[in-house]
Amino acid sequence: MKFTLSWLKTHLDTTASLDEITDALTRVGLELEGVEDRAAKLAPFVIAHVVEAVQHPNADRLRACKVDTGSGIVSVVCGAPNARAGMKAVFAPPGAFVPGTGITLKVGEIRGVQSAGMLLSAREMGLGDDHDGIIDLPVDAPVGVSYASWAKLDDPVIDIAVTPNRGDALSVRGVARDLAAAGLGTLRPFAPVALAGVGPSAVDWAIEDTEACSWVLGRTVRNVKNGPSPQWLQDRLISVGLRPISALVDITNFFTLDLGRPLHVFDADKVSGGRLTFRAGAGESFRALNGKDYTVRPEDCAIADSAGVQSLAGVIGGEATGCDAATTNVFVECALFNPVRVALSGRFHQLTSDARQRFERGIDPSLLPAALEAATQMVIDLCGGAPSEVVAAGAEPAWQREATLRFARLRDLGGLDVPADEAVASLESLGFRTLRRDAASVTVAVPAWRNDVAANTALEPSPDLSAEKLAAAAAGRAEIEPECDLIEEVLRLRGLDAVPPVSLPVSGIVPPATLTPRQTRRAVARRVLAAAGLAECVTFSFMAHEHAALFGTAPEAQRLFNPIAADLDQMRPTAIATLALASARNASRGYPDLGLFEIGPAFHDDGSQSQTAAGLRCGTTPRHWAGPQRSAGAMDAKADVWTVLAALGVPMDALTVTADAPGFYHPGQSGCVRQGPKTVLATFGALHPRLIAALDLPGPVVAFEINLDAIQEPKRRKKGLPDLPSLQPLKRDFAFLVDATVGGDAVLRAARGAERTLIAGASLFDVYTGDKLPEGKKSVAVEITFQPRDHTLTDAEIEAASAKVVAAVTKATGASLRG
Amino acid sequence: MTDDLLALQHATDAALAAATDLRAWDAVRVGVLGKSGSLTEKLKGLGALPPEQRRERGAAINVAKDAITAAIEARKAVLEAAALDAKLAGERIDVTLPPALSALGLIHPISRTMDEMAAIFGAMGIAIAEGPDVEDDWRNFGALNIPAHHSAREDMDTFYLPGLNGEARRRVLRTHTSPVQVRTMLGQEPPIRVIVPGRTYRADHDATHSPMFHQVEGLVIDRGITLGHLKGCLIDFLRAFFGISSLPVRFRSSYFPFTEPSMEVDIGWNRRTGELGGGGDWLEILGSGMVHPKVLANCGIDPREWQGFAFGMGIERVTMLKHGIPDLRPFYESDIRWLRHYGFSALAAVALHEGV
Repeated sequence: MKFTLSWLKTHLDTTASLDEITDALTRVGLELEGVEDRAAKLAPFVIAHVVEAVQHPNADRLRACKVDTGSGIVSVVCGAPNARAGMKAVFAPPGAFVPGTGITLKVGEIRGVQSAGMLLSAREMGLGDDHDGIIDLPVDAPVGVSYASWAKLDDPVIDIAVTPNRGDALSVRGVARDLAAAGLGTLRPFAPVALAGVGPSAVDWAIEDTEACSWVLGRTVRNVKNGPSPQWLQDRLISVGLRPISALVDITNFFTLDLGRPLHVFDADKVSGGRLTFRAGAGESFRALNGKDYTVRPEDCAIADSAGVQSLAGVIGGEATGCDAATTNVFVECALFNPVRVALSGRFHQLTSDARQRFERGIDPSLLPAALEAATQMVIDLCGGAPSEVVAAGAEPAWQREATLRFARLRDLGGLDVPADEAVASLESLGFRTLRRDAASVTVAVPAWRNDVAANTALEPSPDLSAEKLAAAAAGRAEIEPECDLIEEVLRLRGLDAVPPVSLPVSGIVPPATLTPRQTRRAVARRVLAAAGLAECVTFSFMAHEHAALFGTAPEAQRLFNPIAADLDQMRPTAIATLALASARNASRGYPDLGLFEIGPAFHDDGSQSQTAAGLRCGTTPRHWAGPQRSAGAMDAKADVWTVLAALGVPMDALTVTADAPGFYHPGQSGCVRQGPKTVLATFGALHPRLIAALDLPGPVVAFEINLDAIQEPKRRKKGLPDLPSLQPLKRDFAFLVDATVGGDAVLRAARGAERTLIAGASLFDVYTGDKLPEGKKSVAVEITFQPRDHTLTDAEIEAASAKVVAAVTKATGASLRG
Repeated sequence: MTDDLLALQHATDAALAAATDLRAWDAVRVGVLGKSGSLTEKLKGLGALPPEQRRERGAAINVAKDAITAAIEARKAVLEAAALDAKLAGERIDVTLPPALSALGLIHPISRTMDEMAAIFGAMGIAIAEGPDVEDDWRNFGALNIPAHHSAREDMDTFYLPGLNGEARRRVLRTHTSPVQVRTMLGQEPPIRVIVPGRTYRADHDATHSPMFHQVEGLVIDRGITLGHLKGCLIDFLRAFFGISSLPVRFRSSYFPFTEPSMEVDIGWNRRTGELGGGGDWLEILGSGMVHPKVLANCGIDPREWQGFAFGMGIERVTMLKHGIPDLRPFYESDIRWLRHYGFSALAAVALHEGV
């Protein structure tokens, strides 16, 4: 909210400096957004008298002027058509910066005539768009005086951010009240005199929608003369960014800002049937003061006369009954509207207005009579006329509430010991009235304008709470919330910097582990993948549903109702999808060879989500003198999976790989990593070439996704003793001829399990297919490590063990030993 | 020593010196010490001498033999060393060639910050809580004292998903990590000390807003937790996180629906240089407050018995400040050049004893 320092001082009697005021505003919770001191940039400009203005000897469109600046007469060349002898104008001396042109003036010569300064237009001073000519000041403007101070532009404009709970601070008076309470002066009294109305009002009220409007006052002022407002009012409105319209309209805007009390003026002669009714909308349209047409719904509260809807209550008035220069009888509306209804109407119709802003935060429900009197007085002062009697409908609602503060709670909740007397004084300075007080506590009446204190709005408790728990919690809330409200008031007037900080007490000097096992898994996976050469990314959880559909079904259940962009409308089925898009972006920048990973959520068709580690590799290894380049293959993705799973303590021997990975993988180069028949820990493989084409990826991409939620916590048993035999192991190679369809893993497992006591390890070191082998066969070579236990093995023992290996592999896979 | 032995010794020395490789050296050795070597021949001649001369002559030959043997072995060592040197000289490689490095991976700055937060808050006995990205409007708003008509629902530019969840509530992408407060309070009895780092979503997309971003929420509930603890906790965190023990921290009264009293927290910096610490300017960095009694009550906690504080902080924001990262949007772009520039080593894990 914006206001000027002088406006503030109409409510606040203070000697505080601007800085003291702005510091205090921020301290008490009315955060300073900025101070605009318009005088600062106008400082060099003075009022000058144009003594002579003659045709420039060498230029048709220029005038050569002699200008009295108050400190001597100078020669100025001026191009403005309205420059004439005898006028008062604004002069910028050499050295002055002209904001509208961005130029710093120098003494110069224009076509042979010296120009030692400039006469300014409004636009050149940055004071508007008027560039028809130089500013033409009244003849009595004093020569040599600062233009800014003469024009009263040296009144700083203060802009504050008002939080949604503080409707009362959306008024100059409310701000002044807070500042006075914070010790920056005294709040001036506000007590408008009740005007004796004569005769009935030309218009009266009826309320049908009592939920939307509980109370309304109005009054006709007859025989007014509407015209431009006086300069002081125009200045105030302009200074805070409002456009003066006419005295009657400006008066309503003034009180909206001054008292936070929106008003509306109807031209009484344009109201049909002599009655305005607050009622639910019924689909009628009306043209609002902004020139646009609105259709009111049953949810909206309309103000209607016998001709139809004339206004949207609390949000915007209508054009048909608005005041203009011809208005002679004005009907002033001063109403109390339901904040929620105003907010919902404003939101639906996408209308923001100063009135809506105040009504939806809640205005002072007791202020209506005084505000109407003050407004009437100003109408009479500015426009003349005679007031009628006040007409009313509805009644002042019961807004009175109490709140109790136990003084010890200032320390025990607020962390600041405040003496009881000081706390009570603070509350009273904010308008709270002491009802009861003892040594330990005070009970105060909440002022009408503080609808945020002790508001007692409805709880929205969890439906799962037991009746007993809910009752205790609700009773506790009813007791504690008003007290918290008061603690906040007492603390904010002192500034929260006054509260001494206290480090959190800890149970011991060494903290317990912070991460849960599930969180640790994520951290380990992240470090392992980064150590494996992949760069961690954070990609969006949503993507284009067309792209998501390439990776799954892109169900409606996971599609945003209101996406911010068409390409961000679907929750991703897998982070591989967004990483693939990221790799495409990198390729288009000239970086096609990379490895990326992300630890993040995947969103499933059933509406659930899981925690995954996904990654991809694309392109080739860098060229290097020491060896050939290598393209990323499906087995690289499997290696990434294996590295992570091993690091997470998964029993690797128990894993199986099946060839039924999701359809976005290459069907012949992908697998599912399973632990037991049901649990899929990961998938990996080359991405399907169709997908590569659809996403415009530059070449093959291999990817993996690990479901971190599926990984079980390793049994944290103590490790057994290590196996450290004293005899050397010995190794034997076996090459088996098997059907090409037999998995290498089957051969390895059979060999490994052939003999329990001697075989300590088995590794698969060669796979061969080619012309030298029978059609449909391949050779799988395995190295077996035999570990003697208590004696060096004899040839016969080695032979026997080897025979077991061959027999086991043959039995399991139909293999034969290659000769 | 007799002249002939001396002569032999000298001759052998000369022959050894002339032998420049091991083959020539071996010829000298065989010529002197071999089966029919010159010294061997002299030993063989001993038997022909009279016994009285034999003893004296034998001793002289043995002395000569020892000396000659030593000379031969010494020469061998020299020649072997030279041969090895020559062999190694042929094995020289270009040690200035670039080595083959294993590819370097990186940790994203957002993860790094989250890890640092876990370490620092963890030292205060604070655990990490988590919740789903797709929430419902009660946990995201209603339970947090943001009723249906509240302007905050509008301000927060909420993304909605179609349909209702299992509890017949509207599905939303969480606009803040605060719903996890609700989950935590309903899921465990106080005392509670948690932070909630995670993804959050708001329909806002420009140079300084991203439709997805990250927040860390904090919630501390206990008996006797005061606003002083809130200040202490946040000051301790901010100074540790930014590594500035004297970092100025300012608390300003403000408003959030879910806390009361509420405050915004500023840190001192220099607006012109962007340097944190001194400089006399203030930079708003997070929101906080004492947990609103309504929020406690909505979650079944009696505010007469329990109280505490909550805060929320933008993870990207503090990351940008700490590392001088100027733009928000590249955080989510996955531009490998940006990742390599701002990413962290996998092996430089966050540890308080190494300094965050």
